Amino acid sequence: MTEILDTPIIPDFGGASAAKTGPAKPAEEAAPAASPKVEPDAVAPEPAKRKICFIASKGNLDMAYPALIMANAALGEGIETHIFFTFWGFDLVTERTMDHLKFSMLGNTAMHLPMAPKVPIPQILGSIPGVTAGTTLYMKKTLDKLEIPGIREMLDIIVASGGHLWGCKLSFDMNGLSEDDLYEGVEAVISATDFIELSEGAQIIFV
Amino acid sequence: MPTTRIGGRPVDVNDEGFLTVYDQWDEDLGKVLAGYAGVDELTDEHWKVIRFLRADFPARKETATLRRVSAVGGFDMKELFKLFPGKPAKKMSYIAGLPKPKGCV
Repeated sequence: MTEILDTPIIPDFGGASAAKTGPAKPAEEAAPAASPKVEPDAVAPEPAKRKICFIASKGNLDMAYPALIMANAALGEGIETHIFFTFWGFDLVTERTMDHLKFSMLGNTAMHLPMAPKVPIPQILGSIPGVTAGTTLYMKKTLDKLEIPGIREMLDIIVASGGHLWGCKLSFDMNGLSEDDLYEGVEAVISATDFIELSEGAQIIFV
Repeated sequence: MPTTRIGGRPVDVNDEGFLTVYDQWDEDLGKVLAGYAGVDELTDEHWKVIRFLRADFPARKETATLRRVSAVGGFDMKELFKLFPGKPAKKMSYIAGLPKPKGCV
């Protein structure tokens, strides 16, 4: 029979468990001079607040998901999360394109059929009219079966969870857009310099 | 898998501390777990979410993700973040005596 532990094991809940280690601090502060060697450790490691910035630069349906899914996961872990939409990634937050992203097999050498992974698929098939519509539909159905929401709903969830969405100024100008063309969750259209400033201290992930 | 004493009774947990036996949980235990998770008071709104998680689990054998709690349970996402601040999915599943959700979304 296993031994019964008298103290519970508490999962890492971030701030809550950090607060519980609080009482240990005063003792360390009380005798800093007595133990100069351990001083670096004595400075209670204030848990650095994690911050992640994603740069979403692709507008294909398949490449839209990585940043959105990871951003959503980060928010669920209580991490400050930003997504900067630039170049083709701007399509993810442009009203007229965001619901119509496509998945093309062209240029994708990893393309294979889930049910017959060894059957070769010649790239030229991808250039036949209608094939992209078919692959797009297939991918959407597959995601749907796994209960992965569409792009708009993913963004709605991210915004409701406290995520920050930013549009790239250059992409905005290149596409000749106005504020009305943007998905409502975008906080502002900002320059590259603005992004560099707001991402200070963050982990940056380019997709 | 360790066994710990929580709220005066032995409870089976995994290495991270999440309960592993569905039937070892009751609402009194939920209150104790809430304290450990940093949720000091469980209001009616908290209980609605916890009861949804408990009811959703047995058939699926998997804890509802935040998205499922929101989409199927009908809870507002912002509200969930307010009720269980910081790491909502982890906190609510822990308090409900369930494994942490596995789903990506």
